[in-house]
Amino acid sequence: MDLKQSFVELLRRAATDLSPDVENALKQAHDREEDGSPAKAVFRTILENVRLAREQSTPMCQDTGSLIFYIDLPVGEKEEYYINIIKEAAEEATKKQYLRPNAVNPITGKNSGNNVGINAPYFHFHQWDKGEVRVRLMLKGGGSENVGTQYKLPYGPVHAGRDLAGVRKVIIDAVYKAQGLGCAPGTLGIGIGGDRVTSYALSKEQFFRKLGDRNPDKEIAEFELSLKDDLNKLNIGPMGFGGKTTVLDVFVGYQHRHPATFYVAISYMCWAFRRKTMTIKNGEVYYD
Amino acid sequence: MIKLKVPISEQDIRKLKVGDEVLLSGTIVTARDQAHKLMIEEKPDFIREYLKESVIYHCGPIVKKNDDGSWSFVSAGPTTSIREEPYQADVICEYNVRGVIGKGGMREKTLEGLKKCGAVYFHAVGGAGTLIANSVKKVKTVFKLEEFGSPEAFWVIEVEDFPVIVTMDSHGNSLHEKILEQSGKTAEELIK
Repeated sequence: MDLKQSFVELLRRAATDLSPDVENALKQAHDREEDGSPAKAVFRTILENVRLAREQSTPMCQDTGSLIFYIDLPVGEKEEYYINIIKEAAEEATKKQYLRPNAVNPITGKNSGNNVGINAPYFHFHQWDKGEVRVRLMLKGGGSENVGTQYKLPYGPVHAGRDLAGVRKVIIDAVYKAQGLGCAPGTLGIGIGGDRVTSYALSKEQFFRKLGDRNPDKEIAEFELSLKDDLNKLNIGPMGFGGKTTVLDVFVGYQHRHPATFYVAISYMCWAFRRKTMTIKNGEVYYD
Repeated sequence: MIKLKVPISEQDIRKLKVGDEVLLSGTIVTARDQAHKLMIEEKPDFIREYLKESVIYHCGPIVKKNDDGSWSFVSAGPTTSIREEPYQADVICEYNVRGVIGKGGMREKTLEGLKKCGAVYFHAVGGAGTLIANSVKKVKTVFKLEEFGSPEAFWVIEVEDFPVIVTMDSHGNSLHEKILEQSGKTAEELIK
């Protein structure tokens, strides 16, 4: 096994091959729209683009995003080893045009040209008890990242208090404000509670769930479904042209908060919902 | 479906209405944040002939350099247009541009500029990078590649049947304003 090439392949798959759960949700959204509507035309274009990207092995979207890695390591494995190989793989994947160079030095304005830089790619490491390595990769575009937001409850403008009803109000507010900016229909990752940092982290981790997956907590599962219904009533539609599907799904997670704080982080994933998992087990590599 | 070829006359562009589906062909220019800033602050002449009666595309493409030194577009969907709102109307009038392709639409200042100088906003499908790159038949030249980097450079490209929808026309109409207003009312009811 050539580990570097395996990571190049992971990056290629993430950028060019939309996962079946997302593609199916987009097909269903297409079928729900009226014939001859701009919304239907958008979904038709999206689905055709997804098919072409897979066939030609070219990025479905030119913004191949920030590279965000979540890696679970067995006890005794070194983080540094994976960081170095993945940086080499990112450089090669950029050369092969699977990725656009997306790492810019904020002080000099210079693009590194290879997706490698300070904290780029971005890594989250966790140790686990299993004997295998799990690498979960998310490519997150800049347009969708820009509409992500964090509310501090209570939030006056929409009369949102410190409870689930208040959480619902700020999420509706955020999706209303995101129209036209994040490439709808989007999928929402919501993190309730925690501090400033962990609330965003929790919201983003939700994106590794499959569409249709529900929170094991029954109250939250129902909250996710009713939010999805409400948000689709906004009729913002694909690309903000109006239409029946504004969000593909809503994933909510929560964690304990400090008595004085109540954060709600909302991460927005565009329709080009790109994430893939790679498992390394007994010297073999598996992709999902 | 309306077929339009660049250069486009003011008369032809004023015929377009919100909701029209258009297939665009001819030579157009990519420009985003750094390019717009430059066009306002320095008004460079090198891009003037390519923009006259042509179209600006808000796009930061993935481009491949071929063995013979030529370039090919690999993935090239639209980027969010609203970032150019402070510059767009002035760029359109300064360079005699007939249209802007992007995503997400733009606001009042641009809408006024479209009306005043005779131009429209074309919406491309965000994320449709491969499909749109397939309609780019040739890269004619590029400006500011070294200085701005590939996503921000001015790429002068020849497109054929580039699929877009008019969402802001030269008569003051905007689909984005309409959806914003409707969804705003629904959001208020849901939040009540």
